[in-house]
Amino acid sequence: MKRRSLLAGSAAVAATGPFASARAAEKIKIVWWHAMTAALAEQISRIADEFNASQSDIELTATYKGGYADTMNAAIAAFRAGRAPHIVQVFEVGTGTMIAAPGKVVKQVWELSKETGIALDPKHYIGAVRGYYSLSDGRMASMPFNSSTATMWYNKDAFAKAGLDPEKPPTTWQDVVKAAQAIKAANAAPIPMTTSWPTWIQLEQYSALHNIPFATKSNGFDGLDAELVFNSKAHVKHIQRLLDMAKDGLFKYTGRDNTPDAVLYAGEAGISFGSSAVRGTLAKTAKFAFGGGYLPHDPEVIKTPLNSIIGGASLWTMTAPDRSAAEYKAVARFLQFLAKPESDAAWAQNTGYVPVTFAGMERLEQGYYKTVPGADIAVKQLARGTTTANTKGLRLGNLSEIRNIVQEELEKALQGGQGAQAAMDNAVTRGNKVLRAFQKSIGA
Amino acid sequence: MERRTVFGGWLLPILLVLPQVLLTGFFFYWPAAEAVWASMTTQDAFGQGVVFVGLDNFVELFIDPLYLDSILRTAVFCAAVGVLAMGAALGLAVFADREIRGRTAYRTLLIWPYAVAPALSAVLFLFLLDPRVGMLGRWLNRIGIDWDYHLNGTQAMLTVVLASAWKQVSYNFIFFVAGLQSIPRSTIEAARMDGAKGWHRFRTITVPLLAPTTFFLVVANVVYAAFETFGTVAALTHGGPGKDTETLVLKVFRDGVINHDIGSSSAQSVVLMLGAIAIAAAQFRFLGRKATS
Repeated sequence: MKRRSLLAGSAAVAATGPFASARAAEKIKIVWWHAMTAALAEQISRIADEFNASQSDIELTATYKGGYADTMNAAIAAFRAGRAPHIVQVFEVGTGTMIAAPGKVVKQVWELSKETGIALDPKHYIGAVRGYYSLSDGRMASMPFNSSTATMWYNKDAFAKAGLDPEKPPTTWQDVVKAAQAIKAANAAPIPMTTSWPTWIQLEQYSALHNIPFATKSNGFDGLDAELVFNSKAHVKHIQRLLDMAKDGLFKYTGRDNTPDAVLYAGEAGISFGSSAVRGTLAKTAKFAFGGGYLPHDPEVIKTPLNSIIGGASLWTMTAPDRSAAEYKAVARFLQFLAKPESDAAWAQNTGYVPVTFAGMERLEQGYYKTVPGADIAVKQLARGTTTANTKGLRLGNLSEIRNIVQEELEKALQGGQGAQAAMDNAVTRGNKVLRAFQKSIGA
Repeated sequence: MERRTVFGGWLLPILLVLPQVLLTGFFFYWPAAEAVWASMTTQDAFGQGVVFVGLDNFVELFIDPLYLDSILRTAVFCAAVGVLAMGAALGLAVFADREIRGRTAYRTLLIWPYAVAPALSAVLFLFLLDPRVGMLGRWLNRIGIDWDYHLNGTQAMLTVVLASAWKQVSYNFIFFVAGLQSIPRSTIEAARMDGAKGWHRFRTITVPLLAPTTFFLVVANVVYAAFETFGTVAALTHGGPGKDTETLVLKVFRDGVINHDIGSSSAQSVVLMLGAIAIAAAQFRFLGRKATS
């Protein structure tokens, strides 16, 4: 970075004298805080470089600010000090907090587009992605960026050893139980089945797939007074299934959030559930034949499952007291650059995230997805069917705390301290308290 | 006998204490005052709508059974860490105080863990005790003991207590060795001549003469266990399973930094601050009396 600007500076001076460098100094500088590491961070740098090379009057700097929670906290602290970054990457569970931000903390996408006259059209985005980051009337609040969904991952070697067809992953929960039994009976893998992101996958995704509400008010999209309802019969039935499987040694709880990914990478699990974005790491590190599959459904609850919901993060435009209209315009132009099909497709192909635009998806369908079978499972699962109020995603304040609460109650149930119904009832009661506290904190 | 310096004017003494006052004011009183103020408000994450609510946050805390559980859990945790860390350190110090070959090397090695960062000590224990990647954890499961601190609350508590105590043993060791060295040999010799045997001598001579050191260490260990074990516990269990290892600092962090509930988190900090002040006051009282008697 430093070397490049030095080179550019000296080249400019050498070529046209002081006028050129004066022009360069007039460049509008915008800052983008992100939470991507390793290979993903390289992709962020590539995007920043390409954007800077694509035009001459804006200079974008991308800065790593730690993990998702750290980045969001850094942005909040910076805002309080009047020095918020122009763009910040916020994970999906932070969406509720960002959208509810009072006053002029952020400029939502529709607002930015209207003020700057630069078109940022929601219609270009895949429904399941757009919905998560839009207001209930369809206006987009933040810019979809890195989206993933949950999928099933399975160990083909373990399937073969257990006498299961390695090319046919189970599609229903009943079949998952049978497959896990076969894996355990043949001792084909130390852990027949496990799951990453217990709340996101076993409750949030499960609700969407089966078209049952996670919370009232369209999962919170229609109002901050939404209440959690994931203690319904269908939910409890699923949690009971997990508890029964755990008792029989078929399901092993291997930690909160994405800690269980390590079990998946090591090939210790016959079947596991995780983010679709682990494909890249799996392809690079797995010492076993792995396969991907759709999230299973329960045919006794729904015949044909609906779309799954997304995870990942989106980009928010933040405000600061001394920010000029030209800076907002520069931000809008960058967001427009990101929305281009080629940007979207390149990002998805290089990272394992799903494309967020229809055009980006088409590009991948014509190329990459043909060469790598199974890479399109995530996007197909996201784009199938028509989205309903239960499959748009969740719009709940402090969702990360609610996820934690569910994990805690689930852990208690798995230790034998309470049954499935009690666990979900407790989680709902405690979660509703969190929602009310959030409602109070933003003065609504 | 009093030793005091008498200054002629006001300026010099003020200048001399100013740096310390500024530092304390800037890094302690100001943030503490902010915490007290924030503890009486509710506010959104961005600080746009700050509403004064008086003592509501405190009332909510103390009617929340989960918070009361957390206080109790922290007390148990502090006691376990203190007893284990001080017991082990005292044992080691007594042995290191003897005339043995390689005493310096032995002492130096015992001090090393103190230099390990909390998160790293957590990782070390993860590699020992994790049921899947830990050497000891795997072995326990192989011989038929169902060891999984990710799911068993008691085992999780045991794990974080071990990891936290291990780090503090070095610190206690240094003080105990120094304490032991300050016990006059002649007293011990006299006891020996009176026929006191090893254990009896330890109980009636060493333990009472170590009391000031021990008391100081009790305070230091409680403060350590209550505040400085955050990194270790956060890295090992995140407070889980359930809430089985969630101590008060962990809860402050979770509510404030992760959940952006500034009001409640500040109220909890204030409660912790009062606790720390109480401990410090007790220490001054006790040690002060010791010194004058």
